[in-house]
Amino acid sequence: MYDYTDFDEAFVRARVEQFRGQVARRLDGGLSEEEFRPFRLMNGLYLQLHAYMLRVAIPYGTLSGHQMRALADIAERWDKGYGHFTTRQNIQFNWPKLADVPEILSALADVGMHAIQTSGNCIRNVTADQFAGAAADEIEDPRPVAELIRQWSSDHPEFQFLPRKFKIAITGSPNDRAVTRAHDIGLRMLRVGGLPGFEVIVGGGLGRTPMLGQVIRPFLPKADLLPYLEAIVAAYNLAGRRDNKYKARLKITVFEGGLEAFRDAVEAEFARTRAAFSGVDQVLLAEIEAAFAPPALPLRDASPYHSARTADAALRAFAAQNVAPHRLPGYGIVTVSLKAHGETPGDATAAQMRALADLADAYSAGELRISHEQNVILPHVALADLPALHRRLQAVGLASANAGLISDIIACPGMDYCALATARSIPVAQEIATHFKALGLEEEIGAIKLKISGCINACGHHHVGHIGILGLDRAGVENYQITLGGDASERAAIGDKTGPGFAYDEIVPAIERILRAYLALRLRREESFIETFRRLGPAPFKAALYREGARRAA
Amino acid sequence: MTREVVAKVVTGNDLRLGDVVYRAANGAWVRALSAAELIEDVAIADLKLLEAMAQQGDVVGVYLADARRGPAGPEPVHFREAFRARGPSNYRHGKQETRHV
Repeated sequence: MYDYTDFDEAFVRARVEQFRGQVARRLDGGLSEEEFRPFRLMNGLYLQLHAYMLRVAIPYGTLSGHQMRALADIAERWDKGYGHFTTRQNIQFNWPKLADVPEILSALADVGMHAIQTSGNCIRNVTADQFAGAAADEIEDPRPVAELIRQWSSDHPEFQFLPRKFKIAITGSPNDRAVTRAHDIGLRMLRVGGLPGFEVIVGGGLGRTPMLGQVIRPFLPKADLLPYLEAIVAAYNLAGRRDNKYKARLKITVFEGGLEAFRDAVEAEFARTRAAFSGVDQVLLAEIEAAFAPPALPLRDASPYHSARTADAALRAFAAQNVAPHRLPGYGIVTVSLKAHGETPGDATAAQMRALADLADAYSAGELRISHEQNVILPHVALADLPALHRRLQAVGLASANAGLISDIIACPGMDYCALATARSIPVAQEIATHFKALGLEEEIGAIKLKISGCINACGHHHVGHIGILGLDRAGVENYQITLGGDASERAAIGDKTGPGFAYDEIVPAIERILRAYLALRLRREESFIETFRRLGPAPFKAALYREGARRAA
Repeated sequence: MTREVVAKVVTGNDLRLGDVVYRAANGAWVRALSAAELIEDVAIADLKLLEAMAQQGDVVGVYLADARRGPAGPEPVHFREAFRARGPSNYRHGKQETRHV
């Protein structure tokens, strides 16, 4: 894993001290709120509904056990004993006091972490496939490139005042687990004729105008990446609209001017940026790549696992649902679900964080990952260790065998915390999870992606959920709109609205009608919800959803 | 249906804690909506808001929220204000810990 260099360390420490001074001046009246607000946002500090919220970046979703323990300490010492993992691989603390935030940032700097550029109109935390460096289907580990992008984009003087926020995601696998087509820039690793490079996608994004990114470069050699990214952001910085914040994202620039015109502008910038890059970026990348050398994983005999699995039904269910193929035989990638039925999606207590850190040290070469699906990943687990790991997860309430099922819901904080929200998300997620478990239908329904956002900004990725739920304020009442057929994978699709929305107490029964229709319509048990939907289209699901008498007038 | 005449309370967030606060009749900032001053005259509400905006050393983002008279003091009209007055629904944190609801 990458450790901060002296330069990184000095940079982050300097920012902490600057912010310490800014907070002191705000508290003694030297700065007005109007003056202070941009400073706090540059350091990831929001003022939400009930308290401040500090958003800490977890670059490309990678954490060491040591860093996870520091997050647990922060949660306990300065917050209310828990943290919330988000869809952009960040962690949010929901209750910090203003005067404590410089100390929290200092504690983060102690473990090579920061909250820089987790807010504001700049290049945000770079996200990556949560299985990076471990996945069986991976071409190359995307994290060295992601770290290079983090360093390049941090405090980049040209890109501190972009028209709007700017998000980059990267995957090293053909199976897209990083939702690359829903980002301003999506990067997919390719190898053409043995040469490593990227398919470059631009202009994706969810929010009020959801759009899937389009390919601007089918193949970009790896060595050209930073000059090309700099060309894209420079072209956007000039062409992006600043007259209307709702039309300021790159997706609108690309949509309004067309991909061809934007590509021309990027190519013109690229001629300049390519010449300006001396090659120092490649020297730096080589150093970063060395830091990401795969951990030494000894060959392990998996037979103890296979015999334990036969004897233990809970382990069998866990392995079937939460363990993905590793690039090495005898190993697996374990998804630790933060979606225990009835709990808040993405929340982990300090005790759970410490347990995860210990488990990472014991069983996963000291590495953890945070997924955009708000779960924690132990990327390098020997199958022989899986029975012991599973027992220890059970002991701390983290053994839910529900990864990829109906209760593995992405949900934004919604109106329980967020100042922008128009309705609640968390209680809807809690009720859906407990409802289908109580009905005994969770395993029967099988693989499905359900995603909930509490406003049109779509932090809960509802547009790309197989079933999406969007909470709105309709005439002073919470109302939930349903979309169907979205997809966040390499088959990315934006879901379609079904029709009129549902009141708070109608949304769970509405979801049940859709899923009962699916169970009746599927050709066989193996045909998943999204496959059935693709085969039949929305009509039979809408018919069930809005069938006579099923719905009160909303 | 006759339209209800909606009164106002002055509200914002505490600078230090971020907690939701309301302005009482004596100009002090209080934690409970029920202790806020209910202002029924729109012109006076605007004046009180201006006074509150001058107190930015204590409070951030002040605005007038709709409220109605209840048996124990002002009550929220919109559900967002109800959540602000009560705190989150997934944990008994914030005002639910400090019994300001």
